[in-house]
Amino acid sequence: MLRLEARSSESKLVTFASPLLALALTVVIGTALFVLLGKDPMRGLQMFFVEPVRSWSALSELAVKGVPLLLIALGLAVCFRSNVWNIGAEGQFVLGAIAAGGVAMLADKDTGRWIVLPILLAGVIGGMFWAAIVALLRDRFNTNEILVSLMLVYVADMVLSYLVYGPWKDPAGFNFPQTITFADPTKLPRLFTGFRVNIGLVIALLLTVVLWLFLFRMHAGFKLQVGGLAPGAARYAGFSSRQAIWLALMVSGGMAGLAGALEVAGPLGQLTPYVPAGYGFAAIIVAFVGRLHPGGIVFSAVLMSMFYIGGELAQSRMGLPKSLTGVFQGLLLFSLLTCDTLIHYRVRRQPGRSAAPSAVPAALPGRA
Amino acid sequence: MNTTALLVAATLNAGTVLAFAAMGLLINERSGIVNLGAEGMMLVAAIAGFATGVKSGNDWLAFAAGAGAGALMAAAFGVLVIWLNTNQYATGLALTLFGSGFSAFVGINYTQQRLSERPHFEVPLLSDIPFLGTALFRQHPLVYVAVALAPAVAWFFYRSRAGLVLRAIGESPESAHALGYNVRRIRLAAVVVGGALCGLSGAYVSVVYTPLWVEGMIAGKGWIALALTTFATWRPTRVLLGAYLFGGVTMLQFYLQGRGVQLPSQFLTMLPYLATIVVLVLISRNAGWIRANMPASLGKPFVPGS
Repeated sequence: MLRLEARSSESKLVTFASPLLALALTVVIGTALFVLLGKDPMRGLQMFFVEPVRSWSALSELAVKGVPLLLIALGLAVCFRSNVWNIGAEGQFVLGAIAAGGVAMLADKDTGRWIVLPILLAGVIGGMFWAAIVALLRDRFNTNEILVSLMLVYVADMVLSYLVYGPWKDPAGFNFPQTITFADPTKLPRLFTGFRVNIGLVIALLLTVVLWLFLFRMHAGFKLQVGGLAPGAARYAGFSSRQAIWLALMVSGGMAGLAGALEVAGPLGQLTPYVPAGYGFAAIIVAFVGRLHPGGIVFSAVLMSMFYIGGELAQSRMGLPKSLTGVFQGLLLFSLLTCDTLIHYRVRRQPGRSAAPSAVPAALPGRA
Repeated sequence: MNTTALLVAATLNAGTVLAFAAMGLLINERSGIVNLGAEGMMLVAAIAGFATGVKSGNDWLAFAAGAGAGALMAAAFGVLVIWLNTNQYATGLALTLFGSGFSAFVGINYTQQRLSERPHFEVPLLSDIPFLGTALFRQHPLVYVAVALAPAVAWFFYRSRAGLVLRAIGESPESAHALGYNVRRIRLAAVVVGGALCGLSGAYVSVVYTPLWVEGMIAGKGWIALALTTFATWRPTRVLLGAYLFGGVTMLQFYLQGRGVQLPSQFLTMLPYLATIVVLVLISRNAGWIRANMPASLGKPFVPGS
């Protein structure tokens, strides 16, 4: 009989090992899944873990999908560390894309390259605006932020659908639900000729450093985290929980909105009903797998991007449904949560059921 | 006259979906556990039910498959949350993310399929009453089961010993543990029952309500059901009324479209989601009221003997 015994303090080793263990577990289950489906598991795993890093152009695609995941997950890490459960980043991403698209449509082929700046800014404001609704309702009316932010995802999708089927529809677009293709000056400068990766990658990596500084080197970031870990202590210290809610949601809403703007001015180039690609939800997993730490999130964003590309390749080359990505994403988070148990507990063998229960240390590590 | 009767009938039908799921989540939450995986469980149950319905041609087997799928997923969630003390929010989200991916994955071959001819139901004699017959008595049997579920759950909570124990665990697992109740096992039972009812609801969507399988077809109904328990301040009869209220909001869009209201369809589709936000705001405005009704241990982990 195996038994869980509380550790006296969190295991630092397991904290870092757990995501790797979870990945290994996901790979094992994935291999079994491929076998069950009658596909060559080695070829399946190759789609997910080899093909996405095999060439420069593959790496460029990896970055294109990794950037929105990284940006959104960074914002969510701030939120989750402050115990604010914003799970509607997908909606904030869409609003950012809409706002950015609105500005991008104003440009024509003679507009200067400066237009990129207002486009990105509009995205940030769009995402912040959507998150501000959540913050306002939570702050003023004590309304559950999980449900409100999630409901707003559906509303955002409908706003986008209304615009591309209605007032923003391209008059010369054969009645397809899409806006005009944005003028050339709106396009984000690419980093290397011939590859799709653009300056979004540089922005995302810079913001990773900024967020790290904010969380671990600035008083405001410290206050947020105290509020998340020990609300009582934060109150006693006079840290405002209302401010924390606003700050956390503005940061994550702004980051998600920026990700939306970068998509619009980067790979997409126009608004369609297919702007929402699930990045906002996948980023929740990215944030947890990256240990809510900016450095870790860079790695987990790359991993999640591999899942996305692997799913697409499995579809085109092996005839498997693209939704395999979603299955692996879910499995990864499940495995991670399971492995995380070992941060706080160790597994011990219990001699027999009849044995008297051993004393459990009085001070169990508190878990949010 | 006749359209009103049809509207009432459609409202009951839509409300039934929410009633089963929300009642399951209510039982679940009364034991102190929040399961944000409702949406995922309903999606997997919807495809499980639909696939079983297509293969067997028997609706009741389909409902059983849906309930079973929901219960199985809830059990996995329960073991993680109750024994391994994982974060309830994160684990529930994992269930939803996994469920939406997994249902899309296994459902890929069912998007073009149709169920055999749908049966019509009529309560003998009563269905011939003008207006009321059309409005109330030509429904799927499960609609009446949902109506009966509310008083049954109310009786269970407030009149039975087992219900008292369940509520006690939700309020103070420490005290219940001290009295010798096996908090973990009882919580797992509540979570599994909650999952089974969410599953039944999901299967009802794909077998009766729609009836077909489309990726992501639950479209937030699981989340609305979660909001309903708060809206109902964790009371069974109010959960049922809330379910019909939201069923009505869902039907309102079709009614308005039928009346030729000049509003883009997207704004009508938004209605249930906006309505959810509005009622949550109205009900949560009074923080003290929520606190007085909410199971005190809701969302908090419990380790026996600590």
